[in-house]
Amino acid sequence: MQWFLANLEQVLNLTGYHLIQAVVPLVLSVLIAIPLAQLARLNKVAGGIILSLGSLLYTIPSLALFVILPSILGTKILDFSNIIVALTIYAVALLVRSTLDALNSVDDTIRQAATAMGYKPLQRFLGVDLPLSIPVLFAGLRVISVSNISLVTVGSLLGIPSLGFFFTDGLQRNFPTEIVVGIVGTLVLALLMDVVLVLVQKLLTPWLRTAKPMPALASDLHTAAVEA
Amino acid sequence: MTAQESTVAAQASSTSAQKSAGLNGRAMVEFRGVSKVYQTGHPAVDNLNLSIETGKITVFVGPSGCGKTTSLRMINRMVEPTSGIITVGGRDVSSIPAPELRRSMGYVMQQAGLLPHRTVLDNVSTVLRLNKVPRAQARKRSLELLETVGLSASMARRYPNQLSGGQQQRVGVARALAADPPVLLMDEPFSAVDPVVRAELQQELLRLQRELAKTIIFVTHDIDEATVLGDTLAVFASGGRVAQYAPPEEILRAPIDDFVAGFVGRDRGFRRLSFSPGDSLPIHPVPTVLWGATLPNTAANPDDAEAGATPAATAGSEWVLAVDAHNRPQGWLLRGSHAASTPLELIPGGSLFRDGDPLRNALDAALSSPSGWGVAVDAEGKVTGVVKAAQVLAAIDAARESRY
Repeated sequence: MQWFLANLEQVLNLTGYHLIQAVVPLVLSVLIAIPLAQLARLNKVAGGIILSLGSLLYTIPSLALFVILPSILGTKILDFSNIIVALTIYAVALLVRSTLDALNSVDDTIRQAATAMGYKPLQRFLGVDLPLSIPVLFAGLRVISVSNISLVTVGSLLGIPSLGFFFTDGLQRNFPTEIVVGIVGTLVLALLMDVVLVLVQKLLTPWLRTAKPMPALASDLHTAAVEA
Repeated sequence: MTAQESTVAAQASSTSAQKSAGLNGRAMVEFRGVSKVYQTGHPAVDNLNLSIETGKITVFVGPSGCGKTTSLRMINRMVEPTSGIITVGGRDVSSIPAPELRRSMGYVMQQAGLLPHRTVLDNVSTVLRLNKVPRAQARKRSLELLETVGLSASMARRYPNQLSGGQQQRVGVARALAADPPVLLMDEPFSAVDPVVRAELQQELLRLQRELAKTIIFVTHDIDEATVLGDTLAVFASGGRVAQYAPPEEILRAPIDDFVAGFVGRDRGFRRLSFSPGDSLPIHPVPTVLWGATLPNTAANPDDAEAGATPAATAGSEWVLAVDAHNRPQGWLLRGSHAASTPLELIPGGSLFRDGDPLRNALDAALSSPSGWGVAVDAEGKVTGVVKAAQVLAAIDAARESRY
């Protein structure tokens, strides 16, 4: 605890770096996965390719990806963007599938109703399909958010600053307290991210917070003929 | 004679060579040689020729899988025909961009099809907003419409899952009416609500239609609903052809073939009484007692009793109609010979024959009444007298004899 307080500034600094490396890929992956998932939904062939490619990418070991990316992207080995690109790839690989599930979870009669009202395809996708897929979409996002937070620590093996630094540094100095701080810090960060995602989801889906159906009005119960 | 003529006309309309059978009014929607063949090769709709009259309710009725919904959906291009032409207001629908075409007509579907993530008000505003009507103006119009369909303004901020099925359907109708379209397409809109709410929604639709006079095309598999709502019925048969296209009264009286006869069912004779006016029926006076505060030992209305028409004096007992303070019927009392010792019990009555109702209601009132006397009431529900089944049948006979 004393060590933690003494090194608070470093802990906060590394937490900041950690957060950036976890959140930016999350946001990017949402922006990339949604159109890909819709493409997969509309075109079976494209869907097959996208989904298998996603599974394939996810099997690449993270450390290997972190090492290979600089030579592909032409970045320096210690560049943040390596981690961000790598984590975005993983996140997209996972998110495409859950976004597809999310879009498929939307009731088809509602889709048809929207079409019959005169929505154009893009209008309908943004105004109806996407908002209604939020619950399932966010379930996927929460898994990826946690996975991202933990994957970021791997970057510290290359010397990229994050809370993972405490693992490598603590190990080298044979100083367990530092490792514990790193683990607890990572866990707290993952939990906080989860809470934030849950709150955002609630904000975005006000219609799911409403109570059960109200009892029918008198006008509904009123029978046309009074029996005599 | 009339029956023969209509038979000929209906036969003609079902033959392929016939151009759309012209009705009296001008046509808003026309099907010309329209077919829809799915990949399986079976036609869902086979060479449909129909001319749908402006400002009337036309009902597509038939068993499931006979192409009535497909036909409806071809009007707003939710389904594209394989061949043939559909015109709305004289314009070929295939020449109008689909979203624009759909915004120009109202659409009500089963289960309402409301957008669950939008409030009631926003749901009703949907088409107006798609048409770029400013938000404030769209909301104002939508609030008015909620009132038109019989919903209070307090519903406006609710989400669809907070409404009952009947309320959701009302919102669905309000949404379809929002942009004031001349044509309303209704795809089994009332089939998911319970019978009481359904009857209420049907009456509401008829009331709205009297005010708005839209061209409504209504799909249902329920022949009762079709006869209640339709100015004209198109009876669809399997294979996607229209077996008969005529007013409901004619379809019930003179079904064109075995299929239509079978579809309109065993009760068609009884159902057709819905179209026979009941105003010439003799209404007899009835002894009444005030039911409630005092024990009904004596007739509270001696005038009626004196009028001489003691309804059913069988074996020393007689039926007396119990009424409340406003002369509204409450049930029947059987005054027996040993009534002095046993307390009188109120026996629930049958259905009512309201002023202006057709013979069907008169007959049902008589048949469902424990006394055998159908209770007739005025518009306010006050008792005007009773009708007897035999006399209803006599009136039916008279109407039949005058027709031939």
